[in-house]
Amino acid sequence: MPTVSMTVNGKSVSGDVSANTLLVDFLRETLGMTGTHVGCDTSQCGACVVHVEGKAAKSCTRLAVQCEGAAVTTIEGLASGGDLHPMQEAFRDNHGLQCGFCTPGMIMAGVDLANRRGNKLDEDTIRNELDGNICRCTGYHNIVKAIAAGAAAMDK
Amino acid sequence: MYEFDYHRASSVADAAGALGKADDGSLIAGGQTLLPTMKMRLASPSDLVDIGFLEELKGISVEGGGVKIGAATTHAEVAGSSDVASNIPALAALAGGIGDPHVRHMGTIGGSVANNDPAADYPAACLALGATINTDKRSIAADDFFTGLFETALQEGEIITSVTFPGADKAAYMKFANPASRYAMVGVFVAQTGDGVRVAVTGAGEDGVFRVADMESALGGDFSSGAISGVSVSSDGLASDIHAGSEYRAHLIGVMARRAVDAANG
Ligand SMILES: Cc1cc2nc3c(=O)[nH]c(=O)nc-3n(C[C@H](O)[C@H](O)[C@H](O)COP(=O)(O)OP(=O)(O)OC[C@H]3O[C@@H](n4cnc5c(N)ncnc54)[C@H](O)[C@@H]3O)c2cc1C
Ligand code: FES
Ligand code: FES
Repeated sequence: MPTVSMTVNGKSVSGDVSANTLLVDFLRETLGMTGTHVGCDTSQCGACVVHVEGKAAKSCTRLAVQCEGAAVTTIEGLASGGDLHPMQEAFRDNHGLQCGFCTPGMIMAGVDLANRRGNKLDEDTIRNELDGNICRCTGYHNIVKAIAAGAAAMDK
Repeated sequence: MYEFDYHRASSVADAAGALGKADDGSLIAGGQTLLPTMKMRLASPSDLVDIGFLEELKGISVEGGGVKIGAATTHAEVAGSSDVASNIPALAALAGGIGDPHVRHMGTIGGSVANNDPAADYPAACLALGATINTDKRSIAADDFFTGLFETALQEGEIITSVTFPGADKAAYMKFANPASRYAMVGVFVAQTGDGVRVAVTGAGEDGVFRVADMESALGGDFSSGAISGVSVSSDGLASDIHAGSEYRAHLIGVMARRAVDAANG
């Protein structure tokens, strides 16, 4: 079995995994970090979105061995101590979640969007950029509001 | 997913060697098509040879009025490239409309072209712009490259290294995206160059991407959407599935083609 080593949320980690282990399974099963969710396992829903080398990616569509040497950020890596990340805070303030299943992926997608497109995001941009994230509960309105507010708060 | 061995290639030559030695090896670049296919057990390679990290396959350079794009360049990189935006803006826009942001961060042009999905976007750009697909062995004109449903002129073990797109005087791509997958239900790429007009359609053909000769000759005389308002496309040979029937797809080709011409003139 290959040994994979990477940096997850700033910490060096490694594990012995078979080559067909997905990044999301490495995170959840090998490392026990269950914040990253699997909604579909068919690359569609975005519940599994993490950042690989600073870019949003579906961790169900990436092999752990492809992340050898990479820096990965998951939802667990956003808060600092007891302080939520501004995007997490914005989801809470704007009621951007109901069951919460899609939320880790939504928040990681929202942070990535703000990193790429800046802190002033209009509704159209947010809706278009959420093409890869599906929510079965909220109807999206509050997610869109939360991402706009979170992106603005990330500026501060 | 079945078990396999994974090799991260150190060069194109190394990748070719590893593929040659494997029982039933497959290249992997972004993995955005191959991994879902392997999960569904529609593919079960013995070995994966990863070319996604090869610097020699990455990057964009300006050539004449066009661009040359390394095979392992991601959709996001093409969409965000100022060289592509200033030389062939329609191509940058096309790349920015593939799938979703997460797919665009990983998926590559080489993987898309090699896969020749009948609903993929890049094949339409290749065919309409008269692109050349460069491999580790030769260069293949787009006209000869896309040979059928998920079929290309690539031989066993042949590796795409880059795609060269000549510039166009005017060009635009219009896609009617499937609302769930974002793949093209019908996508039409229209390009006007010194050699004439080319119209390429993706998403609709039973055998993949194709050109529409009647529209090309009408637009050659008068490059306006009015010139093709009377050109109807036959539904023979068009796909019919749960998303759209062939009649509807035939209709959409006309609508998307006219919108593309208007956008190109815009
Ligand atoms: C949710 C989702 C939505 C999508 N929506 C769209 C869309 O709207 N439009 C669209 O066009 N595509 C879409 N795609 C597909 C996406 O564009 C893929 O990135 C692309 O089809 C394949 O590129 P890849 O780098 O991921 O290839 P991989 O999955 O790594 O490989 C695909 C195939 O190409 C071969 N290959 C890869 N690179 C080379 C090379 N250099 N030379 C020879 N063979 C090679 C591999 O062996 C494999 O057989 C979508 C994918 C997903 C998951
Ligand atoms: S679990 Fe990865 S996209 Fe749904
Ligand atoms: S909050 Fe339940 S799926 Fe989005």
